[in-house]
Amino acid sequence: MVGGILDYLWLVPALPLLGVVLNGAIALFSERPLLLAEAGHEEAGHGHGDARGGDEAPAPYRKLVALIGPGVVGAAFAVSLLCVLQLAARAPQDRLFVQVLFPWIQAGGFTGSAALQLDPLSAVMILVVTGVGFLIHVYSVGYMSHEKAFARYFVYLNLFTFAMLTLVLGSNYLVMFVGWEGVGLCSYLLIGYWYEKQSASDAGKKAFIVNRIGDFGFILGVFLLFWTFGSVDYTEVFARIPALSGNGTLTTEIATAITLLLFVGAVGKSAQIPLYVWLPDAMEGPTPVSALIHAATMVTAGVYMVARSSALYMLAPVSMGAVAAVGAVTAIFSATIGITQNDIKRVLAYSTVSQLGYMFLACGVGAFTAGIFHLMTHAFFKALLFLASGSVIHALSGQQDMRKMGSLKKHLPITFPTMFIATLAIAGIPGLSGFFSKDEILWKSFSSEHGHLALWAIGTLAAGVTAFYMFRLVFMTFYGESRMEPAVEKHVHESPWSMTVPLMLLAVFSVIGGWVGVPEVLGGHNYFEEWMAPVFGHGAAHEAAHHPAALELALMAGSVLVALCGIALAYYLYRVRTKKPEEIAEKVPGLYDVVLNKYYVDEIYDIVIVRKVVNGSIWLWNAFDAAFIDGIVNGIAAVVRGAGDGVRRLQTGVVGNYAFSLLLGAVLVVGYILLR
Amino acid sequence: MEPILFVIFGAIAVGGAIMVVTRRHPMASALYLILTLFAVAALFVLRQAHFLAAIQVIVYAGAVVVLFIFVIMLINVPVHKLPVERVTGLRFLGVLAAGLLILESAVLTRRFAMPRASAVDAGSVQAVGKALFTDYLLAFEITSVLLLAAVIGAIALAKKKI
Amino acid sequence: MMEPAAYLLLSGILFGIGVVGVVARKNALIILMSVEIMLNGVNVAFIAVGSHLGDVTGSVFAFMVMTVAAAEAAVGLAILIAIYRLKETIDITELNVLKW
Repeated sequence: MVGGILDYLWLVPALPLLGVVLNGAIALFSERPLLLAEAGHEEAGHGHGDARGGDEAPAPYRKLVALIGPGVVGAAFAVSLLCVLQLAARAPQDRLFVQVLFPWIQAGGFTGSAALQLDPLSAVMILVVTGVGFLIHVYSVGYMSHEKAFARYFVYLNLFTFAMLTLVLGSNYLVMFVGWEGVGLCSYLLIGYWYEKQSASDAGKKAFIVNRIGDFGFILGVFLLFWTFGSVDYTEVFARIPALSGNGTLTTEIATAITLLLFVGAVGKSAQIPLYVWLPDAMEGPTPVSALIHAATMVTAGVYMVARSSALYMLAPVSMGAVAAVGAVTAIFSATIGITQNDIKRVLAYSTVSQLGYMFLACGVGAFTAGIFHLMTHAFFKALLFLASGSVIHALSGQQDMRKMGSLKKHLPITFPTMFIATLAIAGIPGLSGFFSKDEILWKSFSSEHGHLALWAIGTLAAGVTAFYMFRLVFMTFYGESRMEPAVEKHVHESPWSMTVPLMLLAVFSVIGGWVGVPEVLGGHNYFEEWMAPVFGHGAAHEAAHHPAALELALMAGSVLVALCGIALAYYLYRVRTKKPEEIAEKVPGLYDVVLNKYYVDEIYDIVIVRKVVNGSIWLWNAFDAAFIDGIVNGIAAVVRGAGDGVRRLQTGVVGNYAFSLLLGAVLVVGYILLR
Repeated sequence: MEPILFVIFGAIAVGGAIMVVTRRHPMASALYLILTLFAVAALFVLRQAHFLAAIQVIVYAGAVVVLFIFVIMLINVPVHKLPVERVTGLRFLGVLAAGLLILESAVLTRRFAMPRASAVDAGSVQAVGKALFTDYLLAFEITSVLLLAAVIGAIALAKKKI
Repeated sequence: MMEPAAYLLLSGILFGIGVVGVVARKNALIILMSVEIMLNGVNVAFIAVGSHLGDVTGSVFAFMVMTVAAAEAAVGLAILIAIYRLKETIDITELNVLKW
C-alpha cells in the first residue's frame, strides 16, 4: 500500500457495481411487480421506439434510480480523476500502480489475481469511460424518462460501466477477459433492451454470437500467451519478453500467433472486417446505449487491448501488417457504406466502424499513442454525435429516417450547433480534436517504419469520404426543405436540460480534447505522447523526426484539403443540386444498390457461413444429438429397463423360492469359508 | 455312558425331525416335533444344561407345540384340501442344497478346536439365573418386551374384530 | 465328557433337516415347525459348546433363542390364521400376490 487516494482505486469499478446492486434491487422489487401488473391488463401493442410520448406521473422509485445511476458513475469519475492526478504527480517512469485485491485462481504454477493496474494507458481509459459514461448516464435520465423499464436500463448501464472498468483496469489478461465478456453481455442486454421487438432481440443475439467468434480467438491467444510466458500479468509478461526472445522460447512465429489470435478478439469486439456486421444492427438499442457502448467505449476495447499488448505486437511484423491492413480496409469500406445509408443512426454506426479502423491503422503502424489519442477524441465527438442524433430522434418522436427530416436547424437551437461541432471534429477540420488525432494517425501511417504510402492514401481517402457522409447527414437533417410528416412536425421540441447539458459539455471536449496532442510541427507540444511514453516508449515518434517538417505540413494540408473537398461535394449534392444524388444513383444503379445494401455482406455471410452452420447444426442435431447422444441415453435406459424386466421375474411372490435363494446364499458363504 | 445316550437320543431327534418334515398331515408332524424336542431336551441334560432342558420341555413341548396343535385344530383343514406336495426342480435343488449344507457343516465340525475348560457348573439353574439377572439383565428384560409385543401382535392378527 | 464335535454334527443335521422342510414343503404349518427344528439345531450347538467351554453364555443364548422362537411361533401362527380366514388355504405357493 502506498497511501493516498490510489489505495482507493478499487472504488472505481466498485461504485458502478454498487449502483448495479441498488438499482437491481429497485428493478426487482419495485419496478418488476409494477410492470407485471401493467402487463396483466394492458395490451402489448404499445408501440416501442426511441422516445415515446406520455405524461403519466413518474413512480417515486424513478427519482431514486435517476439519482443512483448517474451518481455512482459520477463518483467513480471523481475517484478516477483523483487517482490519475496522484499518478501524474509521480515521476514518469514510476507511473505504474498495481493493486492486488485478492488471489483469484491458483492452480499449479498458475496464479491469477484479481488485481487492478493504473498506468497512463488505463488512466486515459478510465477517465474516458467514467467521464463520457457519466454524461451519457445523465443524458439517459432525460432520454429514457418515458420508458417503463427505467430501473432495468440503469442496472444494465451501470453493469456495463463496471465491466468496462474491469476490462481497462485489470492488471492481467484474465481480469481483462472477465471485463471483456462482461461488456459483451451488457451489450447484448442493452441491444435487446426492447426485447419485445423482434429485430432488437435478433440484433442482440447477432452481436453476442459475432462477438463470441472473436472471444474464442482472444481466449486462445491468452492460453498461448500463458503457455509461452507462464504468466498472464501484463508487467510479468512484458518483463519476460527480452529473456524469452533471447533463449529462443519466444520466436517471431509464436509472437505472431499470439498477437493474431488476440487480434481476432479485437476484430470481434471492435467491429472490424470481417466481424463488423453486428455493430450497425446494434443500433436497435436505445440511442444513449449506442453512444456509450457502440461508439465511445466498448468497441474501443479491442484497440485498448492491442495497445496494451503493444510490446508483443512489436515483435510480430506480420501481425502489425495485418492490423494496419484490416484497419485501413475497414476504414474505407465502411465509410463508403455510410454514404448511402438513410437511417441517421446507421450512418453513425458505419462511421464508428470506420473510425475504429483508423485506430487499428494507427496501432498497426506502431503509432499506439496516436491510436489511443484518436480513441479518446473519438469518444468525445462520436458520443456527442450519437447523443445529438438521439436528441433529434427524440424531437421527432422516434423518426430515424433522414429522408423524413430537414430544416431542423431552427427547431433545435442547442442540438444543432453541438452536432455541427462534432461533425467538424470528425471531418478533421483544423483546431478541433478530431483533426489532431486523425492527422497524427495519417502522418504516422506514412512516416512510421511500419507505415506505407498506400495506407496513408487509403486513410486520407477515407477521411474525405467521412467528411462527405457526415456533412450529408447534417445537410439532410438540419438544412433544406422540411420533409417531416405534419403530425410529427407539430411536436418538434428541443430536449430537456438533462440531455442538452451533456451535449454542450461533450461539444466543449470535442473542441479542446485534441489540444493535449498538438503536433510539434504546428508549434504545439504533444503532451499526450509524453504522458503515454512510459507505456509505449518514444520509438516511433523519434523515427518520424527524420522526415522533414515541410513534408508533414504538406501531408496535413493534403488531408485537410481532401476533407474540404468532401464537404464541398456534400454541399454541392445536398444543398445546391439536390436532385443530383438521385440522378447519380440512377446512372450507376448496380453500384448504388450494392453499396446501399452494404455490399451484400450480410447476405454473403448468410449464404456462406450462417446457413452452412445452421444446416450443419441441424444435421448434428439429427445425426449426432438425436441419434447418437440420445441413442446412448435411451439405449442405457432400454438396457436397464430390459434387465429390470428380466430380473423382476425372479420376484415370484412364492416364499419357497425366496427361502431357496437364502439357502443357496448360505451354502455358498459356508463353502467359501471352507475353501478359503 | 454319555456316548451311548448321545447316540440314542441323537438318533431319536434326527428321526423325529425327519418325520416332522415328511408327514403329510400337520398333526402328525406336530406330534413328532414333540418327540424331537424331548430328545433334544435329553441331550441338554447330557451336557449338564439342566435349566435349558427344563425350559425346553416346559416352553417348547408344553407351550409352543400346544399352540401349534391349537391352531391345527382351529383352522382344521380337511385332508383333501391339504396342499398336494409335488417334486419340482426347485424343490429337488433345495433338498440337494440342504444336503450340501449338512455336508459343509460336517466338514466345519471337524475343524472345531477349542480347549476344554475346567468349570463344570455352566448350565445349572443357579449359574444361568445368576447370569441372566446380572450380566444379561438388559437383554432379559428386553425379551419380556419382545414377548409382550408378540402377544399383542398375535391377538391383533388373529382376532376377527378388534 | 464328550468332545462337542459329535453334538455339532448333530446340530448341523437337525438344521439341515429343518431347511429341507422349509424349502421342500408347501404346508405353512409344517414350514413353521421346520423352523422350530432349525432353531433347536442351533440350540444344540450353543449348549454343547457352552458346556465344553464351561461358559454360561451358551445357555443364555439358547434361552434367548427359545424366547424368540416362542414369539415367532405365536405371531407366525396368528398370521397363518388370518391368511386362512382370507384365502381358505395354507399352501404357500398360492400366496403369491407379492410379486411384479
